[in-house]
Amino acid sequence: MATVLAIKNLVVNYGTVQALKGVDVELGEHDIVAVLGANGAGKTTLLKSISRIQPIKGGSISLKGRDLATVQAFRLAGLGIAHVPEGRHVFSTLTTEENLNLGAYGVRSLPAGKELEKTKEWIFTLFPILKERRKQLAGTLSGGEQQMLAIGRGLISKPRVLLLDEPSLGLAPIIVQEIFRVIRQIHEEEGVSILLVEQNARKALGVARYGYILELGKVAIEGNACDLKNDERVRAAYLGGSKVNC
Amino acid sequence: MATFFEQLINGLTIGSFYALVALGYSMVYGVMKLINFAHGDLFALGSYLGYTLLIASSSWVTVHFGLWGGMAIAMLFAFVGIGLAGVLMERIAYRPVYPAGRLSLVVSALGMSIFLQNGIMAIWGSRPQAYPAAVVPSTRFSLLGLPVTSLQVVILLLSFTLMLVIWFIVEKTTFGAAIRATALDRSTATLMGIDVRVVIFFIFALGPALGGIAGVMNGLYYRAISFNMGWTYGLKAFTATILGGIGNIPGAMIGGLLLGLMESLFAGYISGAWKDVFVFVILIAVLLWRPTGLLGEKTAEKV
Repeated sequence: MATVLAIKNLVVNYGTVQALKGVDVELGEHDIVAVLGANGAGKTTLLKSISRIQPIKGGSISLKGRDLATVQAFRLAGLGIAHVPEGRHVFSTLTTEENLNLGAYGVRSLPAGKELEKTKEWIFTLFPILKERRKQLAGTLSGGEQQMLAIGRGLISKPRVLLLDEPSLGLAPIIVQEIFRVIRQIHEEEGVSILLVEQNARKALGVARYGYILELGKVAIEGNACDLKNDERVRAAYLGGSKVNC
Repeated sequence: MATFFEQLINGLTIGSFYALVALGYSMVYGVMKLINFAHGDLFALGSYLGYTLLIASSSWVTVHFGLWGGMAIAMLFAFVGIGLAGVLMERIAYRPVYPAGRLSLVVSALGMSIFLQNGIMAIWGSRPQAYPAAVVPSTRFSLLGLPVTSLQVVILLLSFTLMLVIWFIVEKTTFGAAIRATALDRSTATLMGIDVRVVIFFIFALGPALGGIAGVMNGLYYRAISFNMGWTYGLKAFTATILGGIGNIPGAMIGGLLLGLMESLFAGYISGAWKDVFVFVILIAVLLWRPTGLLGEKTAEKV
């Protein structure tokens, strides 16, 4: 499998605290990779570093062989990386539709017109509720709808790589179900490569091909999703000790 | 009744100056969370730039382009000049201290205000200057029976047009949505592919540029200009911004017009000498009882 995103020996500091201590992560073409771990393990920091909204101390991040070190953060959207941040971060006083439009802001071929409308229609077929809410201020949507909007806003740029940060955070099980259905769908139908950060290890390993488990800024365990599910340590610490079918 | 209409027109005219200046306050506050105390002085500088252009080489511009042409050129000159000044100001006074937080920004803005005031004084002198009557287009006529001057009508039409254009850009275009997004959340705006520096450039060019135009209008309307007029005007336009709701574009427009009207009616019916006091009483009253202003900052948070 050809590598799309390669993170090598990534080091990030917050002041004197080391948040990432040399992390290697790889994401292939048409791939889903899960990054699991407890709060403070460095999962969100990893995604923010890829998006370059978090300065890095050492190591390298490359997209299809191109080192991103000299690329300015706002250009990444145009290069095909979409980041759906933790906590959704929809623009609350903008309408649902304005939020979606902004998702395509950095993509030169999509800024307005037919192409954008077509992509928007595709988003509406993934999340029909967004169509009903299109004129509503994003801040008035429910948590689940905001998460759908955040994902839709990321997808509207037709990214090659989607960085998803805790999409199930604080949502009702039925909404989580729907979000994961869409994750699977965009991966299967559109071939988007997804780097999925999750606390819900069971769900994440259910869709992922490969997984990394971060502990205190380091990759503690990695392997095929299937192997991870059967790993004693993973089962004890992240899957509640129960047996999971592969 | 005649007094009433006279004060009404007068109030709308100065209200539109306040509104244009208030727009600049509001736009900059929205994106930077900074009350740009030097904004009033940019307005004064705009007034002086227009003045200099009009009197330069004994009204050459007015002679060649006519009264209205001269006025248009003076406004354009102030628009471009003050736009540039605004961008420079951001570079020199705000960008370097931005990481240090909001208090440092405000102190820097106050310093910039003092710098500009003294700069104007050093260049043009401490005595008030006057736009010569020969460069001011002003024919009296009657509009639906109301006595107005052609200058008032043009000022009002132009101000409303400018406000409409700004409102359209900010509220209806994708770039406007990018500005509002940047105001809400810079990091996420960056993730969308928005170059925050372009947004800041735009805000610091356009906000002050509008103030520059208002400065020329004010010079033509009142004729007398002085190096320290930016302070009073700045504070009044700031009052208008607070009255309408800071960070809110339609609020700045409504606040400006309303404040101009109230001030003018107060001056006409109660006391001209106390009108500034009245304006600042309004500021205090709004801050006490409705600190978010008439329209308020739009909030739609669900947690």
